[in-house]
Amino acid sequence: MSASATSNRRDFLKDSGKWILLTGAAMLAWDFVAEGAPEQAPNYNATDHWWGMIIDIEKCIGCGNCVRACKAENGVPMTDDAFRTWVERYVVMPDEPDKPIVDSPNGGYDGFVNLKQYGDGAKVFFVPKMCNHCAHSPCVQVCPVGATFESPDGVVLVDKTRCLGCRYCVQACPYGCRYIDPRTETVDKCTLCYHRITKGLTTACCETCPTGARVLVDLKNPKDPIHEFMRTHKVNVLKPQMATGSKTYYNGLDGAVR
Amino acid sequence: MHGVQGFMYPNELELQWSILIVLYPYLTGLVAGAFILASLERVFNVAAVKPTYRLALLTALAFLIVAPLPLQMHLGHPERSWEMYVTPHTTSAMAMFGFVYLWYLMVVLVLEIWFDYRRELVLTWRGSTGLKRQFYGVLTLWSDNISPEALAIDHKLGGILTVVGIPSAFLLHGYVGFIFGSIKANPWWSTPLMPVVFLFSAIVSGIAAVMLIYMVTSTLRKTEISMVCVDTIAKYLYYAFIVDFTLEMLDLIHRLYVADESLLALDFMVKTKLFYSQIVVQIIIGTVVPLALLASVQFVRWSAGARKAIYAIAGVLIMIGIFAMRWNVVIGGQLFSKSFLGYTTYKLDFATKEGLLPALIFLVMPFLILWALVKILPPWEPDATVAGELRHGTSTGA
Repeated sequence: MSASATSNRRDFLKDSGKWILLTGAAMLAWDFVAEGAPEQAPNYNATDHWWGMIIDIEKCIGCGNCVRACKAENGVPMTDDAFRTWVERYVVMPDEPDKPIVDSPNGGYDGFVNLKQYGDGAKVFFVPKMCNHCAHSPCVQVCPVGATFESPDGVVLVDKTRCLGCRYCVQACPYGCRYIDPRTETVDKCTLCYHRITKGLTTACCETCPTGARVLVDLKNPKDPIHEFMRTHKVNVLKPQMATGSKTYYNGLDGAVR
Repeated sequence: MHGVQGFMYPNELELQWSILIVLYPYLTGLVAGAFILASLERVFNVAAVKPTYRLALLTALAFLIVAPLPLQMHLGHPERSWEMYVTPHTTSAMAMFGFVYLWYLMVVLVLEIWFDYRRELVLTWRGSTGLKRQFYGVLTLWSDNISPEALAIDHKLGGILTVVGIPSAFLLHGYVGFIFGSIKANPWWSTPLMPVVFLFSAIVSGIAAVMLIYMVTSTLRKTEISMVCVDTIAKYLYYAFIVDFTLEMLDLIHRLYVADESLLALDFMVKTKLFYSQIVVQIIIGTVVPLALLASVQFVRWSAGARKAIYAIAGVLIMIGIFAMRWNVVIGGQLFSKSFLGYTTYKLDFATKEGLLPALIFLVMPFLILWALVKILPPWEPDATVAGELRHGTSTGA
């Protein structure tokens, strides 16, 4: 048997294996994914997408799955002051709707302890937070070296090889979504699991949410259910007065949420 | 553990900008103020402040050299900071500030000092030997033409530079204010008044600094303090301070009257966490007392000795008060949550990278640099013969 025949057979088996294990789209992208450049895969065209997230507050049960999944998937420091996503619990008393009592112990990583002391009159709900992937990001505007940028598919990313660690972007973010990674002394934040979504997967937080409270959406995809959802629900963004073009939409967002 | 009251977003628990970032507007402000005092003499022909002209320029240079150092120290990756110059992000106020700084340092300040000192540099070069000769040769850039025509050109260019320098000094410190004032996420900073307030407080602190340095150096050199000079400086200081105080009060009254969402958080902060640094140190000790002292000189005929004491006390209080103002802006702006639902605490370390010790070193460093600059470029009025010669040379040239 010639060497080339062996090689051909090996290639054939490899390719068949890929076909069987991976879906068609994932297979086409696999080589690029393996090289660490998924966005260059022929079947992922960044300009065809405009990513965002819809968070349904009515569905969030405060289990903290998203926080744990995010930290594990993205290697976020396990400290209580570094989160790419976190969950806040709001307690709103009927007589003081503008003075909510809010907590987020360890970012909601360990879930929440049941509250008894507020009685039946209190309105209690959970608000998952993350980078809003703003279309007019104040953080991108202020970065002195362009280390923070908006990708063509609408994701705000950080190039850690360029970041100075000046922290101006941390100050500029109205939502508190950025932190300094003490290991690299550069800024870090939610990437919307860019390494996953460019392979046709969803984000780690959406993947693990047991109630489907968080859903990755592609605003450029006319078939995405987001369009129907937006038409039929009262949806808002955090701090709309900041006019940052936020693409993290909330369903059932209470006026008390900051 | 983080000293939090109420609710902070988890990523907000640690303060991002430390005392080193407080130093940066403080030092830059001293530069701008010192330069504006220097330009009084040159552009507006206020002859009385002549004894401080060169001293003010050298003070500005000494502080300007140190100003970026605390920033560098604060950066996570100082080795990358040069990228701000080679690949700047043009929408970033911070990136553009780098160019304002360079423009001011290299084009305005260094050139103006060079033109002003060129004749003496050449004379020292000619009159010295060995290493000193080499050193001054470099400083003259090996240009030894000090003919009346050449000096006339120097004088003219120096004048033009001062005229360019005034808006540049305004730009330098106004821009520092803009870096904070343009952060819409932070209501404590986000106001169009911020650059103006920064500018006037800069003028106040710079004038006070030069006045103090002049009084101290005169005492050390056992020369007479020119009362005409310090009286005039104190008068300008008083006027600038009134404008500065008015602007700051305008900002405060506006906030209180408009009483938007952020007021609850800010009001609480001023009454608790910033009470000492804002109400006591900045407003009472650092503003009202020195303002009253300076005002008293305008209305009461104090003796020269009493005036000197008043200027010294007022000057020191102003320097402390303006430092407190920078502190309240930079640190105060980070003590409350952007959710307006809670507050954190700033813990100042001592001998750490961003602690009190490096801050103190950065505060002393400009004075060491100034001492060296004064040795190399003596700012004092030259002795009678040289002075006459100098004045003659430049005035006939001009």
